[in-house]
Amino acid sequence: MNILLTQLINGLHVGSVYALIALGYTMVYGIVKLINFAHGDIIMVGAYAALMLLTSTALPFGIAAMLSVLFCVTLGVLVERIAYKPLRNSPRISSLITTIGVSFFLQNSVQMIFSPTPRPFPIRLSVPTIVIGSLKISGLTFVTILVAVLLMIALELFVRRTRMGKAMRAVSEDMQAAQLMGININTTISMTFAIGAALAAVGAILYSTAYPSVSPTMGALPGLKAFIAAVLGGIGLMPGAMLGGFIMGVAESLTKGYISTQLSDAVVFGILIIVLLVKPSGILGKHVSEKV
Amino acid sequence: MMLSVDNLSVSYGAIQAIHGVSFSVERGEIVTLIGANGAGKSTILKTISGLLRPKSGAITFEDKPIHASEPHRIVKMGLAQVPEGRRIFQQMTVLENLEMGAFIRGSQADLANDYESVFHSFPRLKERRSQLAGTLSGGEQQMLSMGRSLMGKPRLLMLDEPSMGLSPILVEEIFRIIRQVNADGITVLLVEQNAQMALSVAHRAYVLETGRIIKEGGAASFMGDEAVRKAYLGE
Repeated sequence: MNILLTQLINGLHVGSVYALIALGYTMVYGIVKLINFAHGDIIMVGAYAALMLLTSTALPFGIAAMLSVLFCVTLGVLVERIAYKPLRNSPRISSLITTIGVSFFLQNSVQMIFSPTPRPFPIRLSVPTIVIGSLKISGLTFVTILVAVLLMIALELFVRRTRMGKAMRAVSEDMQAAQLMGININTTISMTFAIGAALAAVGAILYSTAYPSVSPTMGALPGLKAFIAAVLGGIGLMPGAMLGGFIMGVAESLTKGYISTQLSDAVVFGILIIVLLVKPSGILGKHVSEKV
Repeated sequence: MMLSVDNLSVSYGAIQAIHGVSFSVERGEIVTLIGANGAGKSTILKTISGLLRPKSGAITFEDKPIHASEPHRIVKMGLAQVPEGRRIFQQMTVLENLEMGAFIRGSQADLANDYESVFHSFPRLKERRSQLAGTLSGGEQQMLSMGRSLMGKPRLLMLDEPSMGLSPILVEEIFRIIRQVNADGITVLLVEQNAQMALSVAHRAYVLETGRIIKEGGAASFMGDEAVRKAYLGE
């Protein structure tokens, strides 16, 4: 029983990180109908930014984390302005390929600056282990899940309750109609990329505390898994990304615990294939015919 | 002159949809652009709203050129559009749709009175205010779309085919409200396929055919015009 619980909690740990990253994919898709393949590399940049700040300055962990988030937000907004915005009215495949280009650009730039050698991520944060009866939950796991859930609640409130959040929903539903309401879509799109990048940066720091090795290609796998989480839950839907992330994390953790560590990725991708066969629009997705 | 369109041409890629169209709307008027499907009516409205860029020509609103302005700036200047097909935000509630209509008025605006005045014009929206807009009937969606645009307090309201797909009773209702909106001091530019109804509320009319204006004049004169009756009034 305890083993099962431990595995479930581990699953929620990694799942909450996937969910945070998946939100970035799904929000950007919801608003500009673009899969941003460079999103995973924002994770990597966030991890390097945090690594640099933690190793070369004496800043406390919280401040270093916040600065890394800010750095990623700037990067995310700049990438959209420079690389994606000029292609907004081009065929979608052009933007899609551009996101892959940006992904390579970020990976290679970091590789040039910091060398391809992985570096250890300093965890300058000690959180006491939580003991409930015979069940032990590592402090980091607890903090990760807590931070992720709080951020998701904050995001949901922002989108449901605030004027800018509602404007974001309006743009994602009908960009032209939103423009006719006087909503500036450039601001809204920048804001979406900013939020996505911020969540990815937080995800990066949480991920690095769990897998403390930072390398230029480290964003690829969590990025891919978060993308799958977003598709699994229903791309474009925020609750879908959250649900998808947690399902992925738990499935991965249970496979590692009960079947085999090597098979965990295969099982996760297998789940995606089955879900897409049964329900192509994802778990929470409604079938919507393409607008002409 | 409130709105003036001068020698406007618009193309979709290589296909030119509008060929040197000129017309104007005076403050306080209801002006209608009538014409068959594909005549270019919606293209003109989209261009005025800044959703399409003209190939040549000028659009002036209250003496300021707007043909190079971004759509959200044009709305802020007081020129709103109720788009063809209603285009309400289906996944948002009725109240949220109205709130989006008032987006340009900023976060500090007190909207309570404006909600009430929209509900006064469209009582059916009031009982459905917390419902998702996608669950409304076609007529209610049209009312919501009009109410939404009115929330921004425009001085000129453009309506694109407000009667499309509605029952005759609802069409009467929509046109009654258009008259009311105009009586409240809002200038109206109305695009319609239902020429009979449009001419019955409008002061002046322009007839559009394959991207060109072929006739213009007082709305009443069209009712007696044999050619227009044959072509557009289905007689």
